[in-house]
Amino acid sequence: MATATVADIFETMAYGPAPESDAEARAWLARHDSRFGHFINGAWTVPGTLFDVHDPSTGGVLARCTQGTHADVDAAVAAARAAFPAWSKLDGHARAKHLYALAREVQKHARLLAVLETLDNGKSVRETRDLDIPLVARHFYHHAGWAQLFESEFAGHEPVGVVGQVIPWNFPLLMLAWKVAPALAAGNTVVLKPAEFTPISALCFAELARLAGLPPGVLNVITGDGDTGKSIVAHSDVDKIAFTGSTEVGRIIRKATAGSGKKLSLELGGKSPFIVYEDADLDAVVEGVVDAIWFNQGQVCCAGSRLLVQEGIAERLVSKLRARMESLRVGKPLDKTVDIGAIVAPVQLARIRELCDVGVKEGATMWQPSWAMPADGWFHPPTLFTDVQPASTIAQVEIFGPVMVTMTFRTPEESVALANNTIYGLAATLWTENINLALDIAPKLKAGVVWINATNLFDAAAGFGGYRESGFGREGGREGMWEYVVPSWTRASGRSAVVAPAAPTSPVAPADAAFAIGADDDAFAINRTPKLFIGGKQARPDATYSRAIFAPDGTPLGEVGEGNRKDIRNAVEAAHAAAKSWSKSTGHARAQILYYLAENLSARRSEFASRLAALTGSPKRAGTKEVDACIKRLFTYAAWADKYDGAVHNVPIRGVALAMHEPIGVIGVACPDTHPLLGFISCVAPAIAMGNTVIAVPSEASPLAATDFYQVLETSDVPAGVINIVTGAKDALAKVLADHDDVEAIWYFGHPDGVKAVEAASAANMKRTFCDAKLRDWSSAEQGEGREFLRAAVQVKNVWIPYGE
Amino acid sequence: MSRPRLVLSTPRPAPPVGHVARNPGMPLDLDTVLNVRVNRSAAERRASTIGTRRTVKKQWQAAWLLRAISCIDLTTLSGDDTPGNVRRLCAKARRPIRADLVDALGVQRLDITVGAVCVYHELVSTAVDALKGTRIPVAAVSTGFPAGLSPLPQRIEEIHASVAAGAKEIDIVITRAHVLTGNWAALYDEVKGFREACGDAHLKAILATGELATLTNVARASVVAMQAGADFIKTSTGKEAANATLPYALVMARMIREYHERTGFAVGFKPAGGIRSAKHALEYLILMKEELGDRWLRADLFRFGASTLLTDIERQLEMFVTGRYAAAHRHPMP
Repeated sequence: MATATVADIFETMAYGPAPESDAEARAWLARHDSRFGHFINGAWTVPGTLFDVHDPSTGGVLARCTQGTHADVDAAVAAARAAFPAWSKLDGHARAKHLYALAREVQKHARLLAVLETLDNGKSVRETRDLDIPLVARHFYHHAGWAQLFESEFAGHEPVGVVGQVIPWNFPLLMLAWKVAPALAAGNTVVLKPAEFTPISALCFAELARLAGLPPGVLNVITGDGDTGKSIVAHSDVDKIAFTGSTEVGRIIRKATAGSGKKLSLELGGKSPFIVYEDADLDAVVEGVVDAIWFNQGQVCCAGSRLLVQEGIAERLVSKLRARMESLRVGKPLDKTVDIGAIVAPVQLARIRELCDVGVKEGATMWQPSWAMPADGWFHPPTLFTDVQPASTIAQVEIFGPVMVTMTFRTPEESVALANNTIYGLAATLWTENINLALDIAPKLKAGVVWINATNLFDAAAGFGGYRESGFGREGGREGMWEYVVPSWTRASGRSAVVAPAAPTSPVAPADAAFAIGADDDAFAINRTPKLFIGGKQARPDATYSRAIFAPDGTPLGEVGEGNRKDIRNAVEAAHAAAKSWSKSTGHARAQILYYLAENLSARRSEFASRLAALTGSPKRAGTKEVDACIKRLFTYAAWADKYDGAVHNVPIRGVALAMHEPIGVIGVACPDTHPLLGFISCVAPAIAMGNTVIAVPSEASPLAATDFYQVLETSDVPAGVINIVTGAKDALAKVLADHDDVEAIWYFGHPDGVKAVEAASAANMKRTFCDAKLRDWSSAEQGEGREFLRAAVQVKNVWIPYGE
Repeated sequence: MSRPRLVLSTPRPAPPVGHVARNPGMPLDLDTVLNVRVNRSAAERRASTIGTRRTVKKQWQAAWLLRAISCIDLTTLSGDDTPGNVRRLCAKARRPIRADLVDALGVQRLDITVGAVCVYHELVSTAVDALKGTRIPVAAVSTGFPAGLSPLPQRIEEIHASVAAGAKEIDIVITRAHVLTGNWAALYDEVKGFREACGDAHLKAILATGELATLTNVARASVVAMQAGADFIKTSTGKEAANATLPYALVMARMIREYHERTGFAVGFKPAGGIRSAKHALEYLILMKEELGDRWLRADLFRFGASTLLTDIERQLEMFVTGRYAAAHRHPMP
């Protein structure tokens, strides 16, 4: 080719090589002798035990980096801890200036960073130049703004502290930006570990940060493999972990941090649907597929990798796709005319090939273009599977390569069913020219990001993150900033807040004394049988055991049913049945029911006050106070029901990104041990106000106010199954809820052991957890209600809608 | 759920190898016209990455720029055109590149000329005379160019007159009102009538994309023009407020592809107006190669309507040869 003459090319009209120079990037590596230590406390450490970092386009060694040890992690965390007081006390404007400087440095050295990234990762320089690095700069600019506005926009909140961040190899510097920018904007200090395949750009960034005057210790970069990551996750002086990577590792981290009090955000795997309806612009769809699965070699967690096509147009679309694949170009990633670069590592390439083999073995049809692949380096051709069924391995498993699998559907309803038939929920794409269809489908998709007539759009102003086992927490926008702050009251008494004591327990047995009768009751009351409340019905416990309930002074007050696994199972079924319509009910309708609950509770104010007085061993006026607080709280969430709005994010497209607050689904709630009724109301009300349905386990020691309350539920038009109450051993029932794969979130307020058990068990299906071992004052508005609870009761879905005719 | 296997029963027709068979047109197929869907944001996104996904450097760039020259309809469409400036234009059309550059590039045997010379009717005979002995056709803008709102019989007659004067290509303008009011049958009849009037001369249908309001309208007008027998579809007169753009070109190229797939006939494409830089010309060539394939990189299926583009290309070619940035005054003006 190199000898082709102008006259030859005039005839062939072939493309020639258009290499981007790597001279400056190589020179930068050479200045470091291609050997790197860690970047701790503003300085390089002496290189230690080195591992090789490769150029995937050749397989050659690019540089050598240091395997981070426990001691290295200790040093980095200590540096971050030491830097934290000064950094977090800087005013927002001062931090904004630092973030602005980082954005500027990224722009000033954009090409160096782009070429380094391409050398290290194997992705095309077109992408690093036009997408990765500009988005990195954009992220720091955007978050310079959040730093500037921090005091006003996050009033009542403080940075979490020292944040450990573990990032993947597919967008090395961009993932750094997504993690570091919000952390620093909020006033945290950072220990970041880039992936061992791709540590170079993070090291270069650390050097730029020093150049930009970022104080030592604010950002520390440690290189190494999973063991280094493990040390960061396990470190006792780290206050939060932010991780992007596989669901498998995310699960390990969830378990490892359970009960530690560490805040956690996880951005994990995906198998995102890419849905094409029959009225779509098919040529646009074809380019969409290119941008979805042949972007970054398909190594994109949110890649549209399941092509769901309406049956009538499937043949035409597949034909167009195959033709388009013939003109894709795989090759040396520094060549500016290349669409698809190299796969990051041989182990990934082997995995992709293995899954393609499985696909063929299972009967799917594999299609790859006719052109030849580069001979050396780690490359995989763009690949399109047809004749794929939902039961096929390749339809379920994340391939993380340039491989699209195609399935067909008949109706919009079936498209949603297929789209949601996955453990993941990161992103979804849909194509239709019918706005009614688009806006009908978008809310039905279980995904944190939905792109309409576009795909893989990213911006710092819009939140990104998953539903289901794609993780939790958001990155970008206001919703992303919440991951890096905590309410100030939790810090009022220092880092070790008061912890809830072990809940008092009582035997599952009859009491050995007669029940006390309240002073204002008749001389002889009828024996009462509080039951469980499941699916709108009072239900006897599956196993007919009862638990005696006592006043604090030991006086027996009554008995409650002892719920077990099957009762929880039944309650979850009931909650799911109710969720179908409750989640779609209007905020206004939900508010009416919450107001009605308050009205009917108010009507029985005296009775509940007596009950609470007896349960807590307090004078009746204290009981009255708690009832009044409950009525007020119900009003609060009735008020919120139609006011906790999402947002329209200001993203740089002609269009809108709607950040919608969607209910999470079915929430298991283990209520606090104090405040028998107020604790119950404080958890249940925000959950149902936002459209969730709940299974509530009331205070173990004092459940009788909650069981009395189901009569209020029955008279207040609460649809069956929206609130379910299962009494019994709190921690055991909470564990069953946490273990249940069809419960989408769990809230637990109580003893640290319970928190730990619930958080660890929730890893199985990546439940959203809202667990707190701190002793809250539920009667205070600051600690017992408000946006903290509302945020826990929703997940944000960002729907990108480009428009224009 | 049992699902049928996806069987691909309709492979794409191969592009023409040598001679392009003229598009005879077909009966108006309104279903096809109305089923056209164009998503503007997606089209713009694709168009914006045409020039970032592909590039040509060094001898590839030189060769591609020579190809661009061979596809230029070298144009003058001014009220003050005279035989004098048209003869000057034709001389440039014969020898678009300085002889020393042709030698340095080693492309003497390619005998590169522009694709055609494009003028108003009054100057057709002047151009035909000036181009005697070459293979360069003369194109005439016609049918009440640029607005196309003179009486239909006169527009038809205008075509006859230009063909009689020796024009081998007729660049007609359509009645934009037919598109804006969705009167596809009227548009079809109009273009079909023009095509009949052309006889053996090739018809290029100027859609005046900048006045059609939406990309969907541009696409639908493209389909109707091809069904009515257009040999080329062309973006603009150069007189509208908005000239050729890559999104218009993308949409029109895709309609050409669709028409070729359905009928087997290859229709040409001509972006016109506002294409002044070599870099911009390369983007159009890349777009054609990517969306339609190499066959649409030749003058029988692709033209640029341009007047000043050639000068910038000459400068870039000189830069390639000498390694020095070039000046326009060192190249003979058209």
